[in-house]
Amino acid sequence: MYVAVKGGEKAIDAAHAWLAEERRGDVTVPELSVAQIREQMALAVNRVMAEGSLYDPDLAALAIKQARGDLIEAIFLIRAYRTTLPRFGYSNPVDTEKMACDRRISATFKDAPGGQVLGPTFDYTHRLLDFKLAADGEVPEAPTRETQTGPVPHITDFLNQEGLIQTEPTSDEAPRDLTREPLELPADRALRLQSLTRGDEGFILGMAYSTQRGYARNHAFVGELRIGTCAVEMDIPELGFAVEIGEIELTECETVNQFAGSKTEPPQFTRGYGLVFGQTERKAISMALVDRALRWQEMGEDNLGAAAQDAEFVLYHADNIQATGFLEHIKLPHYVDFQSELELVRKMRADAQAQTMPEAAE
Amino acid sequence: MHKIEERKGWIGLLAKAPADRLTALWDKVTDRPGFTFLRAPEIGGAMVRGRMGGTGGAFNLGEMTVTRCSVQIDSGEVGHAYVQGRDKAKAEAAALIDALMQTKAADGIREAVLVPLELEMTSSKVARAAKAAATKVDFFTMVRGED
Repeated sequence: MYVAVKGGEKAIDAAHAWLAEERRGDVTVPELSVAQIREQMALAVNRVMAEGSLYDPDLAALAIKQARGDLIEAIFLIRAYRTTLPRFGYSNPVDTEKMACDRRISATFKDAPGGQVLGPTFDYTHRLLDFKLAADGEVPEAPTRETQTGPVPHITDFLNQEGLIQTEPTSDEAPRDLTREPLELPADRALRLQSLTRGDEGFILGMAYSTQRGYARNHAFVGELRIGTCAVEMDIPELGFAVEIGEIELTECETVNQFAGSKTEPPQFTRGYGLVFGQTERKAISMALVDRALRWQEMGEDNLGAAAQDAEFVLYHADNIQATGFLEHIKLPHYVDFQSELELVRKMRADAQAQTMPEAAE
Repeated sequence: MHKIEERKGWIGLLAKAPADRLTALWDKVTDRPGFTFLRAPEIGGAMVRGRMGGTGGAFNLGEMTVTRCSVQIDSGEVGHAYVQGRDKAKAEAAALIDALMQTKAADGIREAVLVPLELEMTSSKVARAAKAAATKVDFFTMVRGED
């Protein structure tokens, strides 16, 4: 027999009203505006855009406010909103070579053309709490210098000229799209990259770290890391040509990895690639390492049984909205499920008791 | 061809412009045509693509918000807009400006809206680039040893 249970509406309404009050916090403290979050919590906003898979800083800031700073909840809100948007089209691939770089560093070539540009980085800070920030303080203006003009080529181009690094095969094939069809294996590299770029930062970081610690080691150097803005261009059917429809901030990481060569390839460097919305360098570097680890088959490498080599394991667990949805649902009412479990356990116990004490039962 | 390039230029500029600045400049334009919507402002998304390894085949990176709008002004010209973000007023202004840029009013609109927008956007880019340039590392080598 199944008995439907109703009730709880009043309790739910009261819970949500209290949530709204708790979200606001102490009313004697000024309320945060969405613009303040967008401008001053920019890296949280970037993470929500990257994992929400929707570039819109105002919406991401609003989601963070609504979620009380719970970034996975905020990502959930963005994913839900995203599904309501009609799809106007697919952009042409962004040209990261033309990025207006705020930051551009290489761990492999000191004298790379275009130079080592640090940008607004946490690197080389001492990680000491700055109590000046606890008081309202004016920020001194950042120094400026005459800007250089001229191209900032990708570092891997130099290795490519000598044939020391694998080339990336180009194709005009339309890539599969996770948002239009379910993720099915085998996943080609395009689908893996789409999945990784919106995957959970913590999970991708953990996977990447595991490769560094020796599980499918492929010793990565950061060939190049660049952060800056790129124009987005899309074909517009009513115009009959492509126009720029906007400009987005991106972080791109190219790793250069050791490779001894295989039966078909001479010894050369191989590549991993990360490209993520916003200023998100931890994520982009992690993505590049995991991308490289997942390419083992294509490189003719051995399957070492490492987690980061297992596309099914990585791709099916990288999405924090899928993960949290399944994880958190177990706290919702399972009264009927559990009732049946309870009865089953009671019956099994009774049977077991009957077996161990047959004389008592007689 | 030249005309298409020019049109691409202003459509792209309008798409990237900050919504509040574009609508503020447009509000100051007094000589506005009557128009009908061919497509009322509509908010949607575009899937942004990247290239594997920066240069290889395409992959889907994630979406961005876009608002589009199409108008026909009373003199017959049709204007289209695809602008970044979710601002319907921005999309409407951009579509009207695109239509007007195909008329004799083009020079006036360029002076009143496009030129100031471009100057502002360029100057903020230049300021950012100058700050980036100040963080460029100048390496120097320490001389070690006897000779």
